Amino acid sequence: MSALGRTIMIWISAVGIAILLARGISGLPGFGNYPGPYGDMINHLAPYERQVTNAVSAVNFDYRALDTLGEEFMLFAAVSGLVLLLRGKRGEAISAPPLAERDRPPKPRSAAVHWMSFGFAGALILFGFYMVLHGHLTPGGGFQGGAILGTATLLVYLATDYSVYRKSLPKTADEFIESAGAAIYVLVGLAALLQGGAFLQNVLSLGQRGQFFSGGAIPVINFAVGLEVAGGFALLFAEFLEETREEKPGEKKG
Amino acid sequence: MNFVPYAVAAWLFIVGLYAIVTSRDLIQIIVCLGVMQSSTYLIILSVGYRTGASAPIFVQSEAPPGTPAVDPVGHALVLTDIVVGATVMALLLALAIQVHKRRGTLDPHKLRPMHD
Repeated sequence: MSALGRTIMIWISAVGIAILLARGISGLPGFGNYPGPYGDMINHLAPYERQVTNAVSAVNFDYRALDTLGEEFMLFAAVSGLVLLLRGKRGEAISAPPLAERDRPPKPRSAAVHWMSFGFAGALILFGFYMVLHGHLTPGGGFQGGAILGTATLLVYLATDYSVYRKSLPKTADEFIESAGAAIYVLVGLAALLQGGAFLQNVLSLGQRGQFFSGGAIPVINFAVGLEVAGGFALLFAEFLEETREEKPGEKKG
Repeated sequence: MNFVPYAVAAWLFIVGLYAIVTSRDLIQIIVCLGVMQSSTYLIILSVGYRTGASAPIFVQSEAPPGTPAVDPVGHALVLTDIVVGATVMALLLALAIQVHKRRGTLDPHKLRPMHD
């Protein structure tokens, strides 16, 4: 398509988008006047029905757990696609040298970066597990905690170097953790079927609201999601870091 | 002041769309897709907001169940999508890496179909 034809088409669609946007926004409830009723019902029922303090977790991992399972597999598919796209021998060897930029030779890490990352990595991993395990009580949960745990693996890379990073966090471990998370989620759902309930129905004992062991299957699913997100993030960081290594001699282009 | 959150969301959407349409760089396009995505988060959270209400966390001592709270469904949608969206964006960036490896360019105008 010519540049002119492209511009004309963009303007025609821009008018359409502007009309839809204006119509859509003018139909929204005023800011600060949430009309309900679905969210209000959840807010009133979840603390009693599910014995959790965090209504958001109750939506994600109980009332709409099936939707979250779908989101989970979107994440799984995205990470799998990324691993497929960035496959190849590059960076596979733990001694692979970094890719030399034209006029910027790689510098060794400073002691400050090394020790700061070392200190923060441990604290961040602890905080990540706290986030994952308290999703049914306080703001947080498997998605947030998993992202923190996955990011902590980058601090391991910053604190040490590529070879230590690859040795201490092998990609097979990331893959295993990611798949285990996805599997536990589905197994929790199937376990409910064995109990005579519906798929992903919360059949575990609900406990007392505010206690660590409460909410039935919600903390279990939270943990599974945490594992999957942490493994997925760690895996995609490892794949991107491989791309910063030098090309293997004879590596096929692309 | 009631319209400000919606105006910001519309602005983010328009700015992101404009940049995607005019951009000559795949990385920039991917980042702008993220900008457009955040406009949807803002809309969902704004619709579910209630003036003076608390977060949908009900701790007996501070906000016992029954305290007015904002919509938890929107929060649930947004928090899952932020994390899933990050991995989808990583997938797009991996596509950009492959395009650059094969064609040596990130300019979408220089990419022609079936031309090796």
